[in-house]
Amino acid sequence: MNCERMETRLIAYMDGRATEAERREVDLHLIACAECRAHVEEFRRLWAVLDEAPMTQPSASFDAVLRQRIAAEPARTGWYGLWSWIPAPRLVFAVSLLLLLSVWISSTPTGPVINPTELAQHEEEFKMIKDLPVFEDYDVLANFEALSELPPKPDQSNGKKM
Amino acid sequence: MLGVKAGDDASFELLLRRFRTPLVNFLARMVRDRAVAEDLAQEVFLRVYRARKQYAPSAKFTTWLFRIATNLALNSIRDGRHRQMEVALDQPVKVGEDERPAIEVPDHRPGMEQQLMARDRAARIRRAVEALPEKQRAAVLLHKYHELDYDEIARILHCSESALKSLLFRAYETLRVQLAPLVAPGGESATGPRD
Repeated sequence: MNCERMETRLIAYMDGRATEAERREVDLHLIACAECRAHVEEFRRLWAVLDEAPMTQPSASFDAVLRQRIAAEPARTGWYGLWSWIPAPRLVFAVSLLLLLSVWISSTPTGPVINPTELAQHEEEFKMIKDLPVFEDYDVLANFEALSELPPKPDQSNGKKM
Repeated sequence: MLGVKAGDDASFELLLRRFRTPLVNFLARMVRDRAVAEDLAQEVFLRVYRARKQYAPSAKFTTWLFRIATNLALNSIRDGRHRQMEVALDQPVKVGEDERPAIEVPDHRPGMEQQLMARDRAARIRRAVEALPEKQRAAVLLHKYHELDYDEIARILHCSESALKSLLFRAYETLRVQLAPLVAPGGESATGPRD
C-alpha cells in the first residue's frame, strides 16, 4: 500500500472500525513509512484536542417551546394534512389547467347547427330505426320462401281466373 | 420510536430527552448560532412528531433524525439567513435569563488565567471546526462527536462510504493544520503554559 491509499484507510484504522484485513494492510505500511506514522500520531493528538470543544446545552425553555409548538399542531394538522395531500405545485397547476380547459371545451358549441327541417328528418329516421325490428320481421315474412310453396287461397285463385 | 408511532407520549418524551442535547449541539456547530440551532432542533422534533404515523423502521432512527437535522442545517446555511459573526476571543459569553451558564465553576476551580486559556483553546477549536466546508463539517461532527457509523453518515450526506472516508481524511487534515499549535507535541497545553 502507498501513502495515497492511506487517505481512505487511516481514519477507520484509527477509530477501530477497519476490517482485520485493512488493519493489517495499514500496520504493514506504517512499519515502513515514518511519515504516515507521524501522521497517525498527529491525528491522535488532534482527536484529543477536539474533545476539548465544549458542548452546547439546550436552553431551559427548549422543552416548553417545543410543547407549545406541538400543542399548536392539531389545528395546523387539518390544513397541513389537506395541503400535504397535494403532492406538488406543478401537479396543482396541471390539474387547474386541465379543469379550465374542460370548462372551456364544454362551454363552446361542439357540432354543426341543425335547422328545424333537418331535425324533423332526423327524428323520422330515428323513429324508423326504433321500429327496425318490426320492419325486419316484415321483411323476413315477405321474403319467406316457404310461404311461396303454400297452395293459393281458393277465393284468390278464383278471382285471378275470372 | 415505535412507541411514539403507537401514540405513546411518554416515548416521545424519552426521545426528546435522549436527543435534544446532541441535536442542539450538532446544529449549533453547523449553523454557528445557538438560537437558530434551537429553532432547527425543535423543527426536527416537530417533523418527527408529524411523521410518527408513517415511520417505518427501515433505517436506524438516529440516521433518520440526523438526516433531517443535516438537511435543515444545510438549507439554513445556504439560505444565508443565519450567518453568525465570529465571536471575538475577548467577547463575554452571553447568559440569558433562561439559559444555563456555559461553564459552571466549582469551588476547586483552577485559576482565572487557566480558565481564560481553556476558553481560548475551546474557542480556537470551535472556530476551526466551524470554518470547515459544510459537508466536511457535518462529516466530522457526526463522526467525532456523535460516533455514527460510516454507512449512516454516508447515507445522511448522500455519498459512498469510500468518498466519506476521503472527506473525513481531508477534514481532519485541515483541522490538523489549523490547530497545529495545539496539536504539535509539546504545543500549547490545555492546562496552562509549561514551566
